Amino acid sequence: MRIGIACPYSWAVPGGVQSHIRDLAEALIGLGHEVSVITPADDDQPLPDYVVPAGKAVPVPYNGSVARVLFGPLSASRVRRWIKDGDFDVLHVHEPTVPSLSLLACWVASGPIVATVHTAMPRSRVLLAAQPMLRSALEKIDGRIAVSEAARTTLVEHLGGDAVLIPNGVATRRYRHAEPLAGWPGPGGAIGFLGRMEEPRKGLAILLKAFEILAAERPGLRLLVAGPGDADAQRHKLPEWLRERAVFLGEVSEEEKVRVLHSVDVFCSPNTGGESFGIVTAEAMAAGVPIVASDIDAFRQVLRDGRAGELFATGDPADLARAARRLFDDPARRAELTVAALAAVAAYDWDVVAREVLNVYETVVLGRATVGVAQ
Amino acid sequence: MWTLIVLVVLALVLWGFYISWRASRLDRLHNRAEAARTALDLAMVRRSSAAYELASSGLLDPATSLLLADAVRRAKDSGPAERDLAESDLTRALRAAFGQPGFRGEVEANDGAAELVGEVDAAAQQVFIARKFYNDVAARTMDARRRPLVRVFRLAGNAPQPEFFEMDDALPDGEGAGEHIP
Repeated sequence: MRIGIACPYSWAVPGGVQSHIRDLAEALIGLGHEVSVITPADDDQPLPDYVVPAGKAVPVPYNGSVARVLFGPLSASRVRRWIKDGDFDVLHVHEPTVPSLSLLACWVASGPIVATVHTAMPRSRVLLAAQPMLRSALEKIDGRIAVSEAARTTLVEHLGGDAVLIPNGVATRRYRHAEPLAGWPGPGGAIGFLGRMEEPRKGLAILLKAFEILAAERPGLRLLVAGPGDADAQRHKLPEWLRERAVFLGEVSEEEKVRVLHSVDVFCSPNTGGESFGIVTAEAMAAGVPIVASDIDAFRQVLRDGRAGELFATGDPADLARAARRLFDDPARRAELTVAALAAVAAYDWDVVAREVLNVYETVVLGRATVGVAQ
Repeated sequence: MWTLIVLVVLALVLWGFYISWRASRLDRLHNRAEAARTALDLAMVRRSSAAYELASSGLLDPATSLLLADAVRRAKDSGPAERDLAESDLTRALRAAFGQPGFRGEVEANDGAAELVGEVDAAAQQVFIARKFYNDVAARTMDARRRPLVRVFRLAGNAPQPEFFEMDDALPDGEGAGEHIP
């Protein structure tokens, strides 16, 4: 299939929508399809060859903050030319209610259009007020996809109609291999955590308490924590004798994140709730690191009820210590969990997700002409 | 002796007249500040309406329409405390929209579009002027209220102290102006 994808946000800025589009596009190309992505981008930025830059994003106040988007007559005519030249079988727009290229693409195109909504927003008065002006653009959408249940609710409220739920994929190949950070995991073993340090539902406090218990019995054991937040404040939650055995990295790049996962013997997801899927846990599974996770529903599901990772009672540091102890003492069990986790996470791979998206494409193109420019 | 008394009484009477003249001058300043503030409010309302009319005219691309409609809605819904911020955001949204390459040429090629765009231009200019005038009279009023005589005799009475209205109201003056948001 020839697939045209419109991205509303600048390719130069890291973001969930952009990485979703990148991973989806690469998975579709891997499955043998032709993909072209139109996006705002910086002039001097190196771009993958499937990306068509439409100009530098313009900062503008929108929805209470500053959005970096592209709009206006010149952008519209660039999108029009891209559609004309692309001769796509299907047009896939992301976040069509953001005032940017996706909305413009809906506006200028005719033919099969699929839209994906990523963000969950409270029912927005603006969008309702602006409905009449958006209607002609948005009512051309033939198939809707939501990446989460919350996003689906937003979409139903804003655009009406229903949506297919297709969650984000995991780019498992990107996590499989990486060089550990220098000196890690070390002979005494290491346990790791990724996530916002201050967010209570991420559960770092529970891991710190469990680390205290474990470190007392294991002289060489170290802790590696990465994620946004005040590292010093977290370090001081540990008793003084333990502080030099914990390393707090702060926010890390995508690439470093993978290295962090490969730098520990056991990865811990101590979340107390608020996860609908547990993307970080799935990424750790893709890296092949044995996992200790709280037994919230999301982790129970992704870890196959404990067959692909050790579960402990949510919020209980002593039980976390017990589960981790079991893994540290039993290399055979760790190897077994790694194999099971790699097999389990394959179900969330982008290849699988891309096939589901393709199914949506195939449904909307049935009996339709290709994408053209609306008169 | 009598001459002296007459002179003192005369001086007191003249001074009384002077104070009452100062009081009525201050009163006039307050009234003018209030009128200027009303004019500024009206100008901002006119600008919002003009921007909304342009946004809903169907002459713009939907992305630009949505941006403008969002900014107008926020300006209209803002309480007194965040009014300056919301109106500044509307200014920035207008500047970003009007500053897009080819905006005027492309939009004004349509029937009736030149008038809608012209109305936004005029209203934006009016906001700019009205705010200048208001801040000017507000400054003079504040200055007058600070004088010792006014303070000692409480000539301002219960009239509220006018405050400066600070906002970004730089005009959307066409090509290339929409690139910067402070």
